[in-house]
Amino acid sequence: MSRSDAPAAPAPAAERFVADFTGDELGAVDEVRVSEKRSNLWLDAWRDLRGRWMFWASAAMILFIVFVALFPTAFTQVPPNDGCILSVQNQTQADELGVPIGTKISDHGPLPGHPLGFTKQGCDVFSRIVHGTSTSLSVGIIVSIMVAVIGIVIGAFAGFFGGWLDSVLMRFGDIVFAIPYVLAAVVVMSMFLHDRNIWVISLAIGAFSWPSTARILRSEVLRVKNSDFVMASTALGLSRVRTMLAHVLPNSIAPVIVVTTIGLAGAITAEATLSFLGVGLPNNIFMSWGNDISAAQTSLRTNPAALIYPSIALSLTVLAFIVMGEAVRDALDPRARASR
Amino acid sequence: MAIAALALAGCAGTGGGGGATTGIVTVSSNEPENPLIPANTNEVGGGLILNNIMSGLVYYNADGSVELDDAASIESDDNQNWTITLRDGLKFSDGTPVTAESYVKAWQWGASDPENLNQWWFGYAIPFAGFSDDGGDDTLALNVVDDKTFTVELAQPQADFSLALGYTVFFPLPDSFYDDPAAFGESPIGNGPYKVAEDGWIHDESITLEPNPEYTGPRTAQNGGVKMVFYATQEAAYADLLSDNLDIIQQVPSNALGTYKDDLGDRAVDQPAAIFQSFTMQGELPHFGYDEEGTLRRAAISHAINREEITDVIFQGTRTPATDFTSPVIDGYSTDIEGADVLTYDPEKAVELWNEANAISPWDGQFGLAYNADGGHQEWVDATVNSIKNVLGIDAVGVPYPDFAGLRTEVNNSTITSAFRTGWQFDYPGMYNILGALYLSGSGSNDAHYDNPDYDALIAQGAQAGSVDEANDYFHQAEALLFRDLPAIPLWYGAVNAGYSTAVDNVQYGWDSWPILYKVTKEG
Amino acid sequence: MTAYILRRLLQALPVFIGSTFLIYAMVFAIPGDPILRMFGDRTPTDATLAALQAKYHLDQPFLVRYLLYMGDVFRGDLGTTFQGQSVNEILMRTFPNTLRLAILAVAIDLVVGVTVGLVAGLRKGKIFDNVTLLIGLVLISMPVFVLAFVAQWFFGIQLGIFRATVGPGAPWGDLILPAIVLAALNFAFTMRLTRASVIETNAQDFVRMAYGKGLRSERVVPVHILRNSLIPVTTNIAANFGILIVGATVTEGIFNVPGVGNELFKAINRHDSPEVVSIVTVLVIIYVLVNLGIDLLYGVLDPRIRYVKK
Repeated sequence: MSRSDAPAAPAPAAERFVADFTGDELGAVDEVRVSEKRSNLWLDAWRDLRGRWMFWASAAMILFIVFVALFPTAFTQVPPNDGCILSVQNQTQADELGVPIGTKISDHGPLPGHPLGFTKQGCDVFSRIVHGTSTSLSVGIIVSIMVAVIGIVIGAFAGFFGGWLDSVLMRFGDIVFAIPYVLAAVVVMSMFLHDRNIWVISLAIGAFSWPSTARILRSEVLRVKNSDFVMASTALGLSRVRTMLAHVLPNSIAPVIVVTTIGLAGAITAEATLSFLGVGLPNNIFMSWGNDISAAQTSLRTNPAALIYPSIALSLTVLAFIVMGEAVRDALDPRARASR
Repeated sequence: MAIAALALAGCAGTGGGGGATTGIVTVSSNEPENPLIPANTNEVGGGLILNNIMSGLVYYNADGSVELDDAASIESDDNQNWTITLRDGLKFSDGTPVTAESYVKAWQWGASDPENLNQWWFGYAIPFAGFSDDGGDDTLALNVVDDKTFTVELAQPQADFSLALGYTVFFPLPDSFYDDPAAFGESPIGNGPYKVAEDGWIHDESITLEPNPEYTGPRTAQNGGVKMVFYATQEAAYADLLSDNLDIIQQVPSNALGTYKDDLGDRAVDQPAAIFQSFTMQGELPHFGYDEEGTLRRAAISHAINREEITDVIFQGTRTPATDFTSPVIDGYSTDIEGADVLTYDPEKAVELWNEANAISPWDGQFGLAYNADGGHQEWVDATVNSIKNVLGIDAVGVPYPDFAGLRTEVNNSTITSAFRTGWQFDYPGMYNILGALYLSGSGSNDAHYDNPDYDALIAQGAQAGSVDEANDYFHQAEALLFRDLPAIPLWYGAVNAGYSTAVDNVQYGWDSWPILYKVTKEG
Repeated sequence: MTAYILRRLLQALPVFIGSTFLIYAMVFAIPGDPILRMFGDRTPTDATLAALQAKYHLDQPFLVRYLLYMGDVFRGDLGTTFQGQSVNEILMRTFPNTLRLAILAVAIDLVVGVTVGLVAGLRKGKIFDNVTLLIGLVLISMPVFVLAFVAQWFFGIQLGIFRATVGPGAPWGDLILPAIVLAALNFAFTMRLTRASVIETNAQDFVRMAYGKGLRSERVVPVHILRNSLIPVTTNIAANFGILIVGATVTEGIFNVPGVGNELFKAINRHDSPEVVSIVTVLVIIYVLVNLGIDLLYGVLDPRIRYVKK
């Protein structure tokens, strides 16, 4: 009976599966917004970096070091390599330095106008450090860039594409890596004996040390390429190379940045070690911290200052680059960013 | 004529203190670079071993004077034909006798093959009659008279012949050597105060020598044996000396030169050595030829170097500025040779001479001083070029070569474009050893390409003179020519800067810089 | 898996040939006649020079020399040095010492570096993190020879804790000090890498999940964080294992370790091709094996990496 009383239900209503498109709250949720501001990893990283004091502090430090390297004469008027005297011989020198004739200048402590004292050869330590900045910095940067670029390219291709390419590249890396840097340095420095310069020594240090960077990147790529977002990107039809560049590489690069910034320090000290072994840059043509540290080791026990000051310069430079590397690494890693 | 010193009875062995001790003396050394064969050993690591396990006809005292060892007499009437007689009862450590033939065959063998590193000795250091560069069997004019006597004929008279006979290359060899020279090189048998202990040679680590019971000569061992420990660096050896792991070191590392006398007290040793340091400019070097301009420039450079200051500051006073072309431990050393004042530091004179040369042909470019960077030369080279730079106001730099082979090859091929460091370690304590090798025209080792007939004539006269004193007179006149032309710029003499531990006594270093091991005493 | 290992081992052959050729070429490229070096400031006669050059095949063209050497190698003879010593014997003598030194250094590096890096990473930005950064920095900015001299002088001579140099037979105890010096050089790398990895892993979902599940950090840290952070660290240490062997040249010299680095440096200075090539080639083989081991280890550390034949 109730049945007959019931008004006939409107037929179309019964066929509705989806709620009426009435309000716009839900629509807002479903809407795909195409932002005008393109969001990409590097831009995000930059936005993130801008807010970090560590970044600004290290950037300022690096800029300062670069400035010293470019304009050493703004910091000292004392020539780094001329007028080096072992002891005071005549009145002119005595007046200049304000000490009596006969004073030993070799390994001497600070004098007016010479705030950090003198090297064994009687050169001004401060001036040599200032003038050595450009050599040491150049070697560090050139080597780091060389190693990072070769290492990233080879590591990325080997890791991402795998197969025979991986085998060939990695075995080639094994060969190159097996060549001891001493041998490489002797060969390279001997072949360019009469035109040794920062490029040659950078080549000697860098040309054979990329395999470790390559291996580190490759191992990261191996890890990342199986991630869901990479599979997704492949599934969405992105080409293999674009997937690698856009998704795999940025997510694998963090350890490489860390290794590269430390490697920069390694390159600067490697230059010193090569000087120690006698296959570095000629020390009275090229001022470099490494050369000075190496030369000062014979005075290690009598005048440690000549060794300590260039070491401090080296440490500060290294610190600036490591902190910078750390900040960039954090900025590049979205997860580390989120958890901050 | 027999050299006076040699006429002394060959029994000057003065043991230390209370006679023989039984401790084994440890001494720093290097792994030999070549098989231990006299004709093939030309470096110090192997040389020190051979000198202690073998004996020659003569040996050298600490001061470079000569004493008879195996020889009873070395005589000649004309300095050209020599008769050598051996002592009685000489034996190798394997019990076989040392005879005239042991010497003659060993020398013939040494001269027979140009592959032998010391083959040149028989033709150039000492001009044996019959020597040929290409070698060959029994070429030398040596003649065995009887078991104990043999004669030597030289191509020309040489007064200091017997002086040279203590050098490694003239040691005798037992018959067993010729069966298998390679095996001998690994376990040599000699006639010296020591012999190699059984399995005593652990390569790259050490070699142990024990007293040779067959030895009857003047150099009787005063200790229970010697262990030479091979060190890669002088620093490592010095560290071991300081921590009492080692008895004797041969050279203090440069980073301890300033402190080693404080570290060691009266156990520190500082004495001149038979090492002459210099740098050389080839006659072809632009502006430095053997003409008026070149001679002026060479003298100017020499006056511009403050040798006193550099030896005092860089070498902490352990080197002596040069006054001649030899060494203070060499018989004939002199401080007042004509023209030697060119070695004094005189900035005004240097500038004056340099400007005179500039009037002939203006100076351009850079003065370079090449050195091998693997030899610890950087400091003095830098100080030397700085001295030149400060005085003459020219650009002067050190030019490091990564290794010695690279430097020597450029010198040998005359492709080097700068001055280069040269040094001479005397093989035997006579002036002819250096003057005849380095500056005679056409001599293989004449790196300076010095060519002066007057000089050649004086050296020839000296070599043939009747006595060493007379010879040295000629040599001094020859040196005066060297000071005029300066084929090499003398710098300073090497030194023995060494030391020993509290465990040993009677440690002496010889003229050749080697510790005199048989005299060292050590309680067991 | 077995197929993968086999394939990798087969790859060692071209590596072996490639590296011997490259290294032989490099030694060949060093200008200078090694014979002249043997005579110091004296010059040998032309006859002697020619005889010795012939003896060591220095008068032959490059390819002939290389093939002569390889011919010997395939007969199991690595040649003889200018000193007349067998290279086989030199290798047998020196490699064990260097290997032990390298193992010790890696062990020290691994234990200290990973521990410090882990703690620093977990307490990022805290005092421990900063202090260890500073220490690592000081160590890395000191050239190895300075570090070695200072360590030898202080611990070996002043305090006398260790023997200043390595004694006869190179006992383990004597190797500790040079091993510490070698490890110190790499310490900064290991520590920073571990730290970076730990920070990254720490932010991963599965770690949050693990904490979310209520697991305590005693379990989360070793099982979830450390294991997943070790990949770059192991790679780096493996790479450095090689550096430790040859790069120990300076350290071996200062502490007088009768090892490969020392021998190699001498051989390079002598331009002793057979010896240099043999030493370096053995190193190449070691790298190939170590790297194979590391690649297999990836699979253990990260189950997602699998070596399967496609």
